[in-house]
Amino acid sequence: MPTAFTNVLEVMADALPPPRLLPCGDSAITVEFSRTIDDTANRKVLALDRLLAEAPIDGITETVPTYRSLLVHYDPAVVGYDALGSRLLALAQGPLALGSKTRRWRIPVCYGGENGIDLEDVAATLHTTPDDIVARHTAGRYRVAMIGFTPGWSYLSGVDEFLHISRRHSPRLLTPAGTVSIGGIQTGIQCLAGPSGWHLLGRTAVRTYQLHREPIFLLEPGDEVNFYAVDTRMFAEQDRAAEAGEIIAELMAA
Amino acid sequence: MSRLVIASIGPASSVQDAGRFGAQRYGLTPSGAMDKLALAAANSLVGSPIFAAVIEVGPFGAAFTAVDGAVRLALSGAPRSADIAKRPVDVNTSMTLAEGETLTLGFARGASFSYLAIAGGIAGEPMFGSLSVNARAGLGSPFPRPLQAGDSFDAKPAGGGAERRIELPPQISGPIRVVMGPQDDEFSDEMKALFLNSEWRVSATSDRMGYRLEGPAIRHLHGHNIVSDGTVDGSIQVTGSGAPIALMSDRGTSGGYPKIATVISADFGRLAQTPAGTGFRFKAVPMVEAQAEARKFKELLHRLPDHVGDIDSFGLNIDALHAANVAGHAVSATDAATWQAVIPD
Repeated sequence: MPTAFTNVLEVMADALPPPRLLPCGDSAITVEFSRTIDDTANRKVLALDRLLAEAPIDGITETVPTYRSLLVHYDPAVVGYDALGSRLLALAQGPLALGSKTRRWRIPVCYGGENGIDLEDVAATLHTTPDDIVARHTAGRYRVAMIGFTPGWSYLSGVDEFLHISRRHSPRLLTPAGTVSIGGIQTGIQCLAGPSGWHLLGRTAVRTYQLHREPIFLLEPGDEVNFYAVDTRMFAEQDRAAEAGEIIAELMAA
Repeated sequence: MSRLVIASIGPASSVQDAGRFGAQRYGLTPSGAMDKLALAAANSLVGSPIFAAVIEVGPFGAAFTAVDGAVRLALSGAPRSADIAKRPVDVNTSMTLAEGETLTLGFARGASFSYLAIAGGIAGEPMFGSLSVNARAGLGSPFPRPLQAGDSFDAKPAGGGAERRIELPPQISGPIRVVMGPQDDEFSDEMKALFLNSEWRVSATSDRMGYRLEGPAIRHLHGHNIVSDGTVDGSIQVTGSGAPIALMSDRGTSGGYPKIATVISADFGRLAQTPAGTGFRFKAVPMVEAQAEARKFKELLHRLPDHVGDIDSFGLNIDALHAANVAGHAVSATDAATWQAVIPD
């Protein structure tokens, strides 16, 4: 638990504006910590989310953490906007236990070739080799900043600045399930096939979302993730095992 | 065991209940019926819990046949023609299909979605507490996809007894009410006024994920990219081209366009029922009013079972007809979908 003193230091160290409340209709409030992607803001989002899970407020039905804000769904028949808003703002402004215990996952990726059709182009754009891109991508220690868009789509922060790359001019309408990609200053794991404007580096057999498996959703916002490279044969083997319900990702001691 | 077999059905038809909650943090959207009032009305007519799963029927026609016994059903939502063996039946009533008989539904008129409840409910395996179909995520039971001809539902054999009718409060007309925000500060006062003072039409390319709105272009103050944040039912985001999209039941859980306003929960179903091409307006209301309306709407849903009575005991409410016609909202005394009936004291 951080002391009041360390939290004063945190507040002074980061230049975040004060948190804001944004009304989202009559049954939800967004608590916004930043307007831009900001690591401290994201840690505060996750800390407030955890706080509300540990000490629930009557009327809150569901919380949805995103990069820079926490969306709080509530029942206006139980609690009104002003009453809930002032409680949330007080919590958001108060001391938040940032980044307490987290889980760390090792996730295999089959880079390049048909599984990562943009690897060579990314290397060319960044004036290096595909191997160097893979080495840098697997060296990163990432955090699940948010999960959204489609089930299990995990947005990871903490990407090596060298790998920051603007998104594709025209998004692809269909990218494969399990794609691991980079876009902007983020990397991500998508579970289901779908559209994407990011650069596809590889695929993982790990299903971040799988029905009839326990747990259905593998990753939680705030989890740490490392990638390691596997070849196509290992990928095929892992993919079969994952299809049968194996988790494949390894949970490391944090 | 009787069965209800789908003889024919159009697109945008699926099993829906009130939706699944608690997994938006994992990117799983709630889904659920587009018109919760009509969902609750259909369920009330067959004595089911108001948010039980029913068949949501899209704007096109459909036909359902009873097999291996009689099936009791109830229809609510969009006005449309309905008949059983050429015998017309009314929206907002229950009905019994004898073995071999077919209920035929015409196209929706002036609305989009109908709700067909089966007495005894729909059997299925709930995921996150819901049978609602979310085809993209492979969720939904008994069919994790839109419905198609040949699909069949087990049904409790219908036991006779009087058919039922539900008295719904007069349809609210007028603008769709919104609360401004969460990102209305991404728009100038002039653009907010343009949004509130213009006539909008739902585009024909809309679906359960979102309704594209046709009207003037709404320009952003600082560009159209914001860092993705959470969405709710009725979020109105403004895309790069300046066209607003109202996010509906199958919305993505996060989005990266500024959201100028949010439809109040009491009016979400009215927006959902606004057919493509029909003009409508928005009106901004204060939070206090939106929340009072939300509480009233919730109370109304939970009281719907009290509004059900035997079909024969209903009288035509002439006063309600007069009031509706005086108000300029023409209703027909012979169209069961619009006329008002009351339970005699």
